[in-house]
Amino acid sequence: MIETINLKKHFQVGRNQTLHAVDGISLSIAENEILGLVGESGSGKSTFGKTLIGLHERTAGDAFFDGLPLPQKYTAKDHLRYSADIQMIFQDPYASLNPRMTVLDIIGEGLALKGIPRADIQEEVGFWLRRVGLHPDHMSRFPHEFSGGQRQRIGIARAMIIKPKFVVCDEPISALDVSVQAQVVNLLEDLKDSLGLTLLFIAHDLSMVRYISDRMAVMYLGTLVESGPSDAVFFEPKHPYTRLLIQSNPEADPILERSRPSAEMAGEITSPINMGPGCRFADRCPEVMPQCKAVTPQPRLIASDHQVACHLYDAT
Amino acid sequence: MGTHKLLEVSNLSVEFETYGGVVKAVRGVDFGVDAGEVLAIVGESGCGKSVTVQSIMGIIPMPPGKITGGSAKLKGSEILGLDAQAANQFRGKEIGMIFQDPMTSLNPTMTIGAQIAETLKVHRGLSTKQATEIASELLIRTRIPEAQKRLHQYPFEFSGGMLQRAMIAQSLACSPSLLIADEPTTALDVTIQAQILDLLKELQSRDGMAIILITHDLAVVARTAQNVCVMYAGQIVEQGSVDEIFYKSAHPYTLGLKLAMPSNVSQQNKKLEPIPGSPPDLFSPPSGCGYAARCPHAMRICHKENPPLFSDPREPHHAARCWLQAPGAPKTEGLHQLHLIASHGE
Repeated sequence: MIETINLKKHFQVGRNQTLHAVDGISLSIAENEILGLVGESGSGKSTFGKTLIGLHERTAGDAFFDGLPLPQKYTAKDHLRYSADIQMIFQDPYASLNPRMTVLDIIGEGLALKGIPRADIQEEVGFWLRRVGLHPDHMSRFPHEFSGGQRQRIGIARAMIIKPKFVVCDEPISALDVSVQAQVVNLLEDLKDSLGLTLLFIAHDLSMVRYISDRMAVMYLGTLVESGPSDAVFFEPKHPYTRLLIQSNPEADPILERSRPSAEMAGEITSPINMGPGCRFADRCPEVMPQCKAVTPQPRLIASDHQVACHLYDAT
Repeated sequence: MGTHKLLEVSNLSVEFETYGGVVKAVRGVDFGVDAGEVLAIVGESGCGKSVTVQSIMGIIPMPPGKITGGSAKLKGSEILGLDAQAANQFRGKEIGMIFQDPMTSLNPTMTIGAQIAETLKVHRGLSTKQATEIASELLIRTRIPEAQKRLHQYPFEFSGGMLQRAMIAQSLACSPSLLIADEPTTALDVTIQAQILDLLKELQSRDGMAIILITHDLAVVARTAQNVCVMYAGQIVEQGSVDEIFYKSAHPYTLGLKLAMPSNVSQQNKKLEPIPGSPPDLFSPPSGCGYAARCPHAMRICHKENPPLFSDPREPHHAARCWLQAPGAPKTEGLHQLHLIASHGE
């Protein structure tokens, strides 16, 4: 359904400095699948999502939707055309809704752009408000009258009312409390099943990503280090970085936590500006080898549908 | 210290006067911390966990804030309602504090070394030279690489994780007996979070420092704490050892939080059970139990009268503010009865 080949997004940041935010990502998402994309802040996961759907212009590489190439740079017309099929749900439910628009105008804007009469829009918005667990009477209210979780539902209704085929969810639950996170995650799963949606779920919460996604992809400094079925990646991580992530991810289980070895001092993410060849994780990697700093590892299939980009798996 | 707990808070109540009315942010909170103990106060946004510790430190803005009742005793002496000068005596010296956002908690115009040295000069009357030497030792103790060089750098030259270490170093300057950490890892990535939590645990186990950890994340609690208070709508609804809270949850809210989180322990995907609704409005807190409106087991009395804290006679530290724990309460269907019987069999 969605495929990217060697997708790159570089930003110019001053004299001769290039920030390699997304640096050659090849990834595919099957129809009706949830792909979870994880990584630490600065790994380029949000930039990848935004570049994929044209909110950023691609620096290089290709992107396909339903087999057809997506434009490198979207014109206003392109945005209108693709927004019918591709939608996005944003992280911050406070910043992503226009405070001066009513809920009706926010959710119905996509339909209004298509020239649908207002009475029909009202009916449709009413239906979607109920569908996401709000009340049709909320239509005439403004965003500030809602809690964070309710706002996120409004954002979901806004994306879903268009009946898209593919939705990018950029950290949709990070700003929410635990009890409300579960409400939103269950709603997304439910919508995916009933509408046959395909989702790219970007998040840093590993447990939640494992829970919701069919497949999981791990990014580090603009590159894809590992991808595969969620349980395979989570329970049998192959890349040293994925292992570090999973080891660091705390569980709500004190006995398990007491048995966990303490995190070794493993340094921090380095700067993605003007990077040379070699593995991006080499500086922090406990299993670093000489070739890691010289040769960029290529993704390699190690089991069915399980890919790793690491020199440790070169021989096999 | 004798029989005193290191810190003993009883019946603390805090209100805020706003244009919309009076917010009863903290409504009668009791807890104690022993030397060398890590106590976690866990709850969702708006439950009053941060206001609780900020009131103890005397750093809530008054007005609009107002401590309307209760006491907080540090080694037996009252620290609530002290004047600014007296408060400065214990703040930073007896109790250190670190915050969620190290970027905005440190002064951007001073070098890290100067900020740590300032604490030492104010509280211990050291010279700049002595203070800088100790500052460098503190940076090494919090495992900041190249400490000598880092002393002379400004906050913007530090990453988030390094800044949090620097803030911990500063709070350790006067060897406080208690460290209050308010969401210390919320802004950090998971690998850095693990490092900071390990550092906190090390301070506790090696140096015997007591820590109050404020967090919304049960997994962080499981990793770090020995004892736990669960807060909801300005009150402690359950308290006990970390094992009691996780394996013998006696309050429906604690249980609800656990069921709302994904678990990787069994490798199975159990469907998440969200808690319906949202917390009550603290402008006019309900007369009954604060959780009743969202509780799947609420009874008539729950909406009428706020339950007291029921505690187990055999495990006196484990207590829950829930009518289901009252003698003669119905053995609840749906709610994990085993947990209730195990923690409250009489």
